[in-house]
Amino acid sequence: MAIRISRLAVLGMLMAVAAPVAIAGGADLLPALELQARQAAPAFAGFSAQRGQAFFDSTHGQQWSCSSCHTRNPLQAGRHAATGKTIAALAPAANAERLSDPAKVDKWFRRNCKDVLKRECTAAEKGDVIRYLVSLK
Amino acid sequence: MNKIRMRRNVVLLAGLFLAGIAQADEERFVVTNDRWKAECGSCHLAYPPQLLPASSWSMLFAGLGDHFGSDATLDPATATQLLAYAKSNAARPTDTKPPLRVTETRWFRHEHDEVGAATWTNPKVGSAANCAACHQGAERGDFDEDLIRIPR
Repeated sequence: MAIRISRLAVLGMLMAVAAPVAIAGGADLLPALELQARQAAPAFAGFSAQRGQAFFDSTHGQQWSCSSCHTRNPLQAGRHAATGKTIAALAPAANAERLSDPAKVDKWFRRNCKDVLKRECTAAEKGDVIRYLVSLK
Repeated sequence: MNKIRMRRNVVLLAGLFLAGIAQADEERFVVTNDRWKAECGSCHLAYPPQLLPASSWSMLFAGLGDHFGSDATLDPATATQLLAYAKSNAARPTDTKPPLRVTETRWFRHEHDEVGAATWTNPKVGSAANCAACHQGAERGDFDEDLIRIPR
């Protein structure tokens, strides 16, 4: 009996740990970014999916936007603007792998912000984009 | 009698020789390194390291910050590991300047000399880097002619 209870307890703990990650689909990345955004600007008032979408579709005075490769509908597959290779959908609702690995998210923001904006993105910009991608259903 | 045996041997040798050529011409390069596939296969096909000589890979890895117009930087540990993999599976050295693009190699140009300009500029192809546009088995490293479907 004691063994069964402890098994259940372990199972419960595992579910408690696993569940938020599975449900969040990217939103779990936001608290850390919010902290950084607040440090950069004390007046920070939260992320916005609408601002994220505008950012995503803008070329920022350069050649490419995020949507050049990921399309204006990130629920569908995109295509690399230079090579033509198919890029799997970016919105977690269409592709559960997306935004699930923080190291991967960091890597691609670092690279792609350089490609699109010629600089790194701020925490506020990354948070807006993630909020936008997570909002897509 | 001896003449017949000799002729047989010649035929046998010729057969072995042709079989050797057929094997070398199989056009199959299998990328076995999962890290390579993941890191090099996001924006373009994970080109098999056999397609470029070691000196080309060294130059490419030194310039990942501006990789044909894109930032393709890797963390240092991954870069070291993947460059070692590339160099140990690389093509033979060239006597000319090391090519930076697979499409610049004499081998690539020879293999594609029948492909017309209209195919390269077809929006469905987009770029010569898009191997899979025509080579249906490219993702598996299978470039066999029977698997080529040129989009119209």
